[in-house]
Order: sequence, then C-alpha cells, then structure tokens
Amino acid sequence: MKRFAGFLFVALAVAGAVWAQGALLINGAGASFPNAIYSKWFDEYHKKFSNVQINYQSVGSGAGIKQVTEGTVDFGASDGPMNDDQIKAYTDKHGSGILHFPTVLGAVVPIYNVAGVSAPLNFTPEALAGIFLGRITKWNDPAIAGANKGVNLPSADIVVVHRSDGSGTTYIWTDYLSKISTDWNAKPGKGSSISWPVGLGGKGSEGVTGLIKQTPNSFGYVELTYAVQNNIGYGTVKNSSGAFVKADFSSVSAAAASAAKSMPDDFRVSITNADGKTAYPICSFTWLLIPEKFSDGGKRDALKGMIKWALTDGQSFAEPLSFAKLPKEVVAKELKAIDKIQ
Amino acid sequence: MAASTTTVPNAGPVSGSRSFLSKLREGDEIARVVTFLFASTVVLVTILLVLELWHGSSLARHKFGFAFFVTSVWDPIAGDFGALPFIYGTLVTAFVSLAIAVPLGIGAAIFLAELAPQKVSDTLQFFIDLLAAVPSVIYGLLGIFIIVPLMREYIQPFLKATLGFLPLFTGPAYGIGFFTAGIVLAIMVIPYIVSVSREVLLSVPRDQREAALALGSTRWESTWKVVVPFARTGIMGSIFLALARALGETMAVTMVIGNTPTISASLFSPGYSIAAVIANEFSEATGDLYLQSLIELGLVLFILTFILNGLARLLIILTAQRGSEMGRT
Repeated sequence: MKRFAGFLFVALAVAGAVWAQGALLINGAGASFPNAIYSKWFDEYHKKFSNVQINYQSVGSGAGIKQVTEGTVDFGASDGPMNDDQIKAYTDKHGSGILHFPTVLGAVVPIYNVAGVSAPLNFTPEALAGIFLGRITKWNDPAIAGANKGVNLPSADIVVVHRSDGSGTTYIWTDYLSKISTDWNAKPGKGSSISWPVGLGGKGSEGVTGLIKQTPNSFGYVELTYAVQNNIGYGTVKNSSGAFVKADFSSVSAAAASAAKSMPDDFRVSITNADGKTAYPICSFTWLLIPEKFSDGGKRDALKGMIKWALTDGQSFAEPLSFAKLPKEVVAKELKAIDKIQ
Repeated sequence: MAASTTTVPNAGPVSGSRSFLSKLREGDEIARVVTFLFASTVVLVTILLVLELWHGSSLARHKFGFAFFVTSVWDPIAGDFGALPFIYGTLVTAFVSLAIAVPLGIGAAIFLAELAPQKVSDTLQFFIDLLAAVPSVIYGLLGIFIIVPLMREYIQPFLKATLGFLPLFTGPAYGIGFFTAGIVLAIMVIPYIVSVSREVLLSVPRDQREAALALGSTRWESTWKVVVPFARTGIMGSIFLALARALGETMAVTMVIGNTPTISASLFSPGYSIAAVIANEFSEATGDLYLQSLIELGLVLFILTFILNGLARLLIILTAQRGSEMGRT
C-alpha cells in the first residue's frame, strides 16, 4: 500500500510539473530564404527555454503575409516588406497594426558560365539592366567588355536565366534594377514574380544554378548564401560610389549600416543601391512580421523574448550559415521598437 | 427469409412487393446502396472541385471574360493575365509526347503480347510497371541531367542541320524547351500505353488469331490485321489515359520546359504549361487578381481535359460501333 501510494505521488507530481510548464506552441510561416537561420534560432531558443516551441513553415513570403493576415499563424516572415495595401488589409481585419522586424541580411549576386573566364567579371548597372531588358545580347558588348579589360569575352549570345517561381530573390534583384534603370521601372517593374522581357526560367535557386552550369554563355542571379554554400563563382557589381564590389559579409553589412542612418521607424526600407564606398548594391533585409497586439500574453512575452535574443545572441549564428549580421545601429533601434508589441 | 413471396431472392429490386427492410436483410440492397454511395462520392468530389475552381476565379473571370483564353500577356505587376501561352504549351508538349509514345508503346505492347516468349514478356512487364511507379521529380532530374545535355549537344544540332528548313526546328539550341519536355513526358506515359495495350491484346480470343493463321496469313499479318483492330478500343483507351497524364504533369515539365510564356512554332523554343505555372507561382502570389487568375488557369486545364476526354469517349463509341458492325458481317 505504501509503495503504491509513493508511486502514485510521484506520478501525480510529474504530471503536475508537466502541466504547470504550460508548453507554449507558437506558429509562424513565410519566407524560405531565411529558413536556415530561423530553424537554427528556434531550435536554440527552445534549448534555452524548453517550454517555448516555435514552429516555422517556409511556405514563401506571399503565403506568409497571407497567413498572418488571416490569423492562421502567430507571426509571418517576408523577404519584401508588406506594402500599404497589405498593411491596410491586416489592420482592417484585426483592428490593430503589424510590425516589421529585420532579422538578417541577404544579397543577390550575378552568376554566369562563359568559356575561358574563371576570374570574377565586373558588371555595371547599365550592363545588368541592358542584359535583362534584352538590349545587350552578346558577351563582348562594350558595356560588359569596358568594365572587364583584359578578359577575352566571346562574341556569343548571352543566354539569360531568371527564377520562374515567385521569390524574394527576384524581388531584391528587380528592386535594384528598378532603381538604376527608368526603363526597367516603367516595365516590367519590381516584384517577386514579373513578366520577364527575355530569358529562361529555372525553378528555385537549384533550377537557375543547374541551367547556368549546363548552358554555355549563360547569365543569371542567385542569392549569396546559395552561391557561397555551393561554391559558385560570382561577379562584382558597381555600386553608387563607383567601386566594383564583391558581395561578402562586410560589404553587405556596410550597405545596411549606411541605410540605418535614414531608417524609417517601421523598418520598411529598401537598401538596394545604398551609399557607401564599400557597400554592395544588391542586398536586402528580411523581416519578421509581428502583430502589434496579442491576446495571449504568454505568446507575446515568448515572442518578444525570442526577437530580443535573435537580435543579440542569435546574430552569432548568422555568418556560419552564410547570412550577414545586422549592423549595430539597426539592432539598437529594433530593441527599442520591441516595446511596441503589446 | 421472405417466405411470403414465390420469387427467387436474387430477382432484383424490381419486385416492389417486398419492403426495403426485408431486402436489406439479404445484403443485396446493402451492397447496392454502399457501392452507389462510393460511386456518387467520385462524382461529388468532381463537382465540388469544379465549383471551387469556378468560385475561386470569379474576380478574374469577370475582369477578363473570354479574352483570358486568347491573351498572351502574363504580367503580375501590371495585373494583366492571359492563358494562351500556357494552353499552347500544354497542348504542344502533350501531343509531342504522344507522337513519340504511341508508336513506341503500341509496338512494345504488340511485341510483349504476341511475339515474345512468356518469360521475356513477364520480365519486361515487371520493368515497365517499375517505370510507371517512378515519381515525376525523378523524371525531371533525368531530364535535366541526361536528356537536356543530349538534346543541346547532339540531337538539336543534328535536327537543325538536316531538317532546319522546317519552322519546327529553328532557333537556338538551349537543350530545354517544348521538344525536351515532350520527350520526358513520352518516357513517363509509355508504361501506361504498354501495360493497358498488352492486357487488351492478350485478351483477344485465341480463335481470332487461329482463324487468321488458318486462312494463310503470316504471324505479323494476323497480329496487325486481325488482333490489333479487334483490340482497337482498348488501345485507344490507353492512349487517352496517357494523354490525361501528359496534360496534367507538373514537376517533370517545369524542370525542362524553360518556363517562358511564349508561343512559337519551333519545338526548340522554351515554353510554359498550365500545371507548371501554377506550381511555380501559386505559393508566392500576392493580391486577389493574381491568385484568382492562377485558379482560373486551373479551371482552364480542367475544361481542356474534359473536352479531350469527351472527344476520346466519342471516338471510342464510334469505332466500337464500326467494329461490332464488322464483326456481324
């Protein structure tokens, strides 16, 4: 009898302890670009606070915005900030606003496959716009050759490759092209899915890279993390100060740091073609979309804690996964903005 | 048991003299009701699917109307959408694949059913069933890593050199495009044609073959002139099964077709198909018009499949009539 009572007591105590923990399950969905770092963060955060379980589905930025507006997930994530219409749709549905928090930086780099060329090629903004508009059709065009003196460029046709699926990478690339070319801005403009004047479409970064590796004289774009992790050679791009910059952690962070000075309070800013001598011109933040008002206090506090951790300790996980860290000025501004979440 | 009537229990539900409950006790009625429910579930799901596609594309249908079927523009930023390049790409790749798969498939089925020894036939049938079970993504990878380089380095230049005067074989040889997608689809649908046609050919009664041989025909003549026409409706059924698969195939096509919404007479040109564009753009589509245009594309594919299946049914009915007339004379 005594043993049975003892056993029952232990069982009840354990059950009570588990029940008292109140495991908190938070769901998020959105961009696939930062999926690697978000998975790492949520896993590390769960190790620190074992009662907080954050579940993230990388269904794409568009779906993330849709789901957080519908309310099927607690937070969203997107490579491009929500536009005014989307924010209005959210506010109309929920009666309160939605906040953007930049988490890491991404960059998009030009990749190519030209016979006999192994060193990185330099590209001016005019060359990039001209190639993607279909106006520059040969590799030895003066616009490209002029920036690459001494390199033997063939007179072959350029085979342009772009993303066929809607993606944040395309958004960043076309955002840059819209800024440096008025013709591109007029048509086709910027977006995660556009009507491309020329080029073949590859599905996903793997599709684009596969096409470029296989097709001679091809030219396309891919995100920096993908190029680094798959050892793909990429070119340099001329920034607004006139220097040809190769994308790496320091040049990407430099672009964000220069944008930090004029950062709007809602953090919705495009940092393509940023100022700064060492800044790489084709980068972007990626954002977490957090509702301003939470009805569940436990979830709110857990998310606030997670964002604070991600912006401070969590940044150390970024570079090993080939993401660039946020500059200090942006982090400081964001830590203050966390208090807006109620 | 129902002792009050003199009818045999299996007389069928025509006898209204017995109540529903008494029929139920015998199990026949239960079987009828249950299987009827199963059959109606299929119809119900199809109707729900169409209703959902119809309802989900209402904004796009009202904005574009019938112009959707003939516009070639697909511009998500400007909000201008048209289905024509995708309809063209879907039809072209499906028909290229059938042009390759039908002769190969029927030829293989004839060999397996008529001319091969039993053991060879069974072994090869096993491999063909394996081919049908391979996931379509694997076919896509096969396409990218093996077929595309083969096309770009050897087949397309060869075709350009020999048949380049035809508009079908003009343009730069990328390796990807309508032709490559058609070839990949052909590999995917051959197992369907072979399996079904083989079964149908095997089920042709022996006396047909023996009668032909008795009349002095060669082995090949009896096969081609007697057995195959007898099995004609079954073989056509297998071809339309293959067509249905080719129309709806998504992953393998999007990996090798080039994903460019263009309409071109050349088979070497990159293109796009309805299933491929939906797979590529649906998850990131923001904005109601964009999303609903993609759903309307789904509706278009459904209508296309419906029309082609209807034509198939018609063809089978017509040839069956003619066949049975032939049999009677």
